[in-house]
Amino acid sequence: MEKLKSLADLKRIREEAKVKLELRVKGDNPEGLVQVKVAMATCGIASGAKPIMDFFVEELDKRGIGAVVTQTGCMGYCYAEPTIEVQLPGQEPVVFGFVDRKKADEIIEKYIKNGELVEGIIPVNYEKID
Amino acid sequence: MSKFRMHLLVCGGTGCRASESSLIVESLKRELEEKGLGNEVQVIMTGCFGFCEKGPVVKVMPDNTFYVQVKPEDAAIIVAEHVVKGRPVQRLLYVDPKSKEHVADSKHMGFYRKQIRIALRNCGFINPENIDEYIAREGYAAIGKCISELSPAEVIDIIKKSGLRGRGGAGFPTGLKWDIASKNKADQKYVVCNADEGDPGAFMDRSVLEGDPHSVLEAMAICGYAIGASKGLIYIRAEYPLAIQRLKIAIAQAREYGLLGKNIFGSDFSFDIELRYGAGAFVCGEETALIHSMEGMRGEPTNKPPFPAESGFLGKPSNVNNVETFASVPVIITKGWEWFSSIGTEKSKGTKVFALAGKINNVGLIEVPMGTTLREIIFEIGGGIKNGKKFKAVQTGGPSGGCLTEKHLDTPIDFDNLVAVGSMMGSGGMIVMDEDDCMVSIAKFFLEFTVEESCGKCAPCRIGNKRLHELLTHITKGNGTMADLDRLKNMCNVIKDTSLCGLGQTSPNPVLSTMNNFMDEYVAHVTEKRCPAGSCRDLMKYSIIVDKCVGCTACARGCPVNAITGERKGPHFIDQEKCIKCGACFEKCKFGAVLIN
Repeated sequence: MEKLKSLADLKRIREEAKVKLELRVKGDNPEGLVQVKVAMATCGIASGAKPIMDFFVEELDKRGIGAVVTQTGCMGYCYAEPTIEVQLPGQEPVVFGFVDRKKADEIIEKYIKNGELVEGIIPVNYEKID
Repeated sequence: MSKFRMHLLVCGGTGCRASESSLIVESLKRELEEKGLGNEVQVIMTGCFGFCEKGPVVKVMPDNTFYVQVKPEDAAIIVAEHVVKGRPVQRLLYVDPKSKEHVADSKHMGFYRKQIRIALRNCGFINPENIDEYIAREGYAAIGKCISELSPAEVIDIIKKSGLRGRGGAGFPTGLKWDIASKNKADQKYVVCNADEGDPGAFMDRSVLEGDPHSVLEAMAICGYAIGASKGLIYIRAEYPLAIQRLKIAIAQAREYGLLGKNIFGSDFSFDIELRYGAGAFVCGEETALIHSMEGMRGEPTNKPPFPAESGFLGKPSNVNNVETFASVPVIITKGWEWFSSIGTEKSKGTKVFALAGKINNVGLIEVPMGTTLREIIFEIGGGIKNGKKFKAVQTGGPSGGCLTEKHLDTPIDFDNLVAVGSMMGSGGMIVMDEDDCMVSIAKFFLEFTVEESCGKCAPCRIGNKRLHELLTHITKGNGTMADLDRLKNMCNVIKDTSLCGLGQTSPNPVLSTMNNFMDEYVAHVTEKRCPAGSCRDLMKYSIIVDKCVGCTACARGCPVNAITGERKGPHFIDQEKCIKCGACFEKCKFGAVLIN
């Protein structure tokens, strides 16, 4: 380790270290952040949910979006795997099905960045069936 | 992947390590490697989460899932279910005792809901053995701010205005202490950290040092800058090996970065810290005794004045503060005194860490704003009394404090309120007692501790406490008289008034406060020869209710000394001469025929 000779040196170390701790800080206060949940049950994994999860983790970070990416178990839409749930701050969560890399990119660029809905939403109507 | 997507935080406090949390870390790492997730998921050993009752604790981030009572063999299921498939492991989640529901997020647990963590801000969050993680949490920014923007007088002013008072027990204003030390001129001054935590059942300071050692190092440097000292000493008991190990690592890392040593941040200010080990004597928590012990002399107190601020370590001006006090300092500098003084009560600002112990459901370490009531601490955070028993009293301030009862439950806790109701803040130990605890025995327990820990220098403490203990033993054996109670009280007051140091001056407190609040129990012991709580063995009498006895002989077979006689299917009797009052017959009887008086 080199010696820190000035406050600028300390700041540099702090910025580097903050990146490594970011995940914990965000997880502690997820309110106000974009929350992405990837369904990772057997059906999800078999349909390629894992690379999609990695894609979200890396791309959201690269594109500078404050987000928490976690996994969930099976959401019940096994026919539409990989499925993800996205919750923008202060809004109801939205579930997208058949998410591949292209779709994931579209979700980030359109929905997460601009709140613009894209194709592939699984409507939450199961509660409304009489 | 370029970045870890998940962090598994494993508690590495002394309590959880005793329950094999180091093995949990190893098992988690091994499971992750086997599944090829070693570069996706990071395992970190942190300091104490506080919820020691349910340890070892594993927290999954960013999911915020809080697993309790985890065993090394649970690592496989956590990785297979949670890490791979995103399904929280239900059986390892905390179960709310009231709703019986599983709670995954610690923020929704009664134990954490009312807590505000200032001194413990990094405990259970960062890896205490990695200085970068402390720096990421604005660590060493406070000392940087002091050196670059503030004069020593301004630093002292901020601490004064914050209203921070010494967390070691007496509650002396920290800013004022620094001010006095700064005004005494000398070629060498010392900053001393008192880490000699000796109250039975207290582990606040140990947890801070184990979980966030850098916060104390940084605060000591700030103090050094403020009072004009270039040397710091941490007096720590050798029986805290983990805290010592983490302090050593922290000091070495801080030196490598130049955050301790010569010309910190290229300024004229130099500061370095060394450790001094104590042998775990309670009296060495008293600052003059502590200083003598550090000088290599007997750990005995001397009269004040002179105060250490005038003539302390090696006769030089020294400022002694407790661990928790120091741990609060850096955030006061970075966040401002206004923020700190907005928390707490009028005369006691900020938060206080308490170690909950005794007959309480959630044994552990908590930090609450000053002004929180005992009821909130015991019944909401602490989860109430074990086994649904009735609350009887709580001892605050350790062997120097007093016990508080039902009627004090709604008193907002701060330094002055606790003194007003006959106890004291002390360093923050809280021992909770239920209906089965005999208050005379509790007083005797604390006296036993002070008798052992008295250094023997002054007669009132050395002889007086011994006599007090003898009198209490006499009473619990059923040999006391009403005159003994007067002698007891009288002796307590003499010891209080004439002892040399804080240890002797406060040692009769447990006796006085139990006499004040539970005089009826003392009277029952001496006049009726009866222990109302049923815990003094010598005063117990077991007998069999003839009408209820069916003659099953279970009690006679269970009696280890053959004191019970009687025919099969006929009533049984206990020979009082032979009975050793072990209670075996009471436990064996299925018909409630054994009576305890």
